[in-house]
Amino acid sequence: MSLSVDIRHRLGDFSLDAQFEAPQGVSVLFGRSGSGKSTIVNAVAGLLRPDAGRIALGDVPLFDADKRLHVPLHRRRLGYIFQDARLFPHLTVRQNLAYGRFFAPKAESGASFDHVTEMLGLGHLLSRRPATLSGGERQRTAIGRALLAKPRLLLADEPLAALDAERKAEILPYFERLRDEADVPILYVSHAPSEVARLATSVIAIRNGRVVRQGPASVILSDPAVTPLGPRAAGAMIETTLLNQHPDGLSELQAGALRLLVPRVDRPAGAPVRVHIEAQDVMIALTRPEGISALNVLPVIVRGIRMGNGPGALVQLDANGALLLARITRRSVGALGLAEGMQVHAVLKAVSVSRQSVEGTA
Amino acid sequence: MQFLSPEEWQAVALSLRVALWATVLSLPPGIFVAFALARWEFPGKQLLNGLVHLPLILPPVVTGYLLLLTFGTRGPVGAPLAELGIVFAFRWTGAALAAAIMGFPLLVRAIRLSIEAVDPRLEQAAGTLGASRLWVFGTVTLPLILPGILAGAILAFAKAMGEFGATITFVSNIPGETRTLPSAIYAFLQVPGGEASALRLVAVSVVIAMAALLLSEVLSRRIAARVGGA
Repeated sequence: MSLSVDIRHRLGDFSLDAQFEAPQGVSVLFGRSGSGKSTIVNAVAGLLRPDAGRIALGDVPLFDADKRLHVPLHRRRLGYIFQDARLFPHLTVRQNLAYGRFFAPKAESGASFDHVTEMLGLGHLLSRRPATLSGGERQRTAIGRALLAKPRLLLADEPLAALDAERKAEILPYFERLRDEADVPILYVSHAPSEVARLATSVIAIRNGRVVRQGPASVILSDPAVTPLGPRAAGAMIETTLLNQHPDGLSELQAGALRLLVPRVDRPAGAPVRVHIEAQDVMIALTRPEGISALNVLPVIVRGIRMGNGPGALVQLDANGALLLARITRRSVGALGLAEGMQVHAVLKAVSVSRQSVEGTA
Repeated sequence: MQFLSPEEWQAVALSLRVALWATVLSLPPGIFVAFALARWEFPGKQLLNGLVHLPLILPPVVTGYLLLLTFGTRGPVGAPLAELGIVFAFRWTGAALAAAIMGFPLLVRAIRLSIEAVDPRLEQAAGTLGASRLWVFGTVTLPLILPGILAGAILAFAKAMGEFGATITFVSNIPGETRTLPSAIYAFLQVPGGEASALRLVAVSVVIAMAALLLSEVLSRRIAARVGGA
């Protein structure tokens, strides 16, 4: 089941004009705060009625301005995970979890209560009240509550933004399990590249209320022309499989002919691993550097160069099909004489790949 | 118990009955009006707000007289109701009506404040989980405003127990029918040798008021513990 959105809406000076299709899996609306991501999600949820356009989930229309159709909030059957959890303070965790289930059609199958509480690690919290939960526990309860309402689509509006780094690392794996195990498409709002890199099946880049680009995460994130957050936060995502563990605490990853050494990833050999490589961590050398401490020296081909307005430039590099981004100065671009199609070497320190950038290590 | 004479006991029982009915019957419209004032925008909102609060500012005698004009057996509302067999004038039901009207602003105020303190985003969340507006109100809003409803009800009950001016104007001071606690105290003070009776009724008033306060304190603490979870 896929979600199709085609809406226009004005809010004061801000105008939204967005068209996209979100396929099965996790589709991330990616952009700066204020770019219109939350407005889109609220329109899908039914919290906001757009001026024009239509929204449909599979072949079920949720909103159609021309037909004056606006399915009310409570009939849309979407699970909404809010940034601020929004648990009911007068109910226990168990009652919060059961709330949506009560209104869902009994005949329809959905994730079982036991399965969800087990998956989210909520078993020991069921008789507690929200006020006594930690931020991470609250957000996990909110995820379970949305999931148990047997939703046809899950909406998540920056569900990790209110949490500190440690809590984020606690929750992210649950979203990964949700993506891989639950049979529900997820529309996920984020302005954090690391979240996008780890979760997204498909990325919808939003800027100023417009959809700039849409496609697989590995393609969109490595495109120097997209960078919805600006070049400073740019970084590519590579999908690899774990090849083997080295005794000195490193893991070797493989993507096609590409080999990558990163700090240990606690996964079995053969497991899929996503790596987020920030553009500022990648150096470019014309010849293969000798006597250098960096462990990853990859032969690559320059695919594209985007000169910034300041001193920087973004260079897209192709490593046997895996796309990387390097942020270097315009001066270096000139000094190296970089041009499209050139064969160069990308240099990446193994330690610069942080644990948060690798899926499955939290 | 011989503390109260039958006549005094009659006044106490009548007052309790009048105050209880006045409070219970004004709760549903009170919650509705409070919700409308807190959440909805509609033409005439300020007018409604003013009307609700009028009994608080008008002299009680004026309210009582207006009630008599409206709900008297020949009044525009009282006459048709009387044909249906519902009579307010000079009946204990009229005393309950007067008490309800006088307590209404206190009830609405307390409930309105508690509704305004409810985070609408919680109600939105309930909506996304499939709850219709009515269900949202019943399962989220209502439990969260319970302390406010309780506080308002206690205030209204206390007001009803003590209501004098509007009651005596609207339904007079008929022993056994409309002679409530305050009217009885007043009546006893008008006759020689009535002071002892008046004093006993004053003591009863104080006890009832204190009991109501204590009860509300205990209940609101219980509810707060349930709602706040801490």
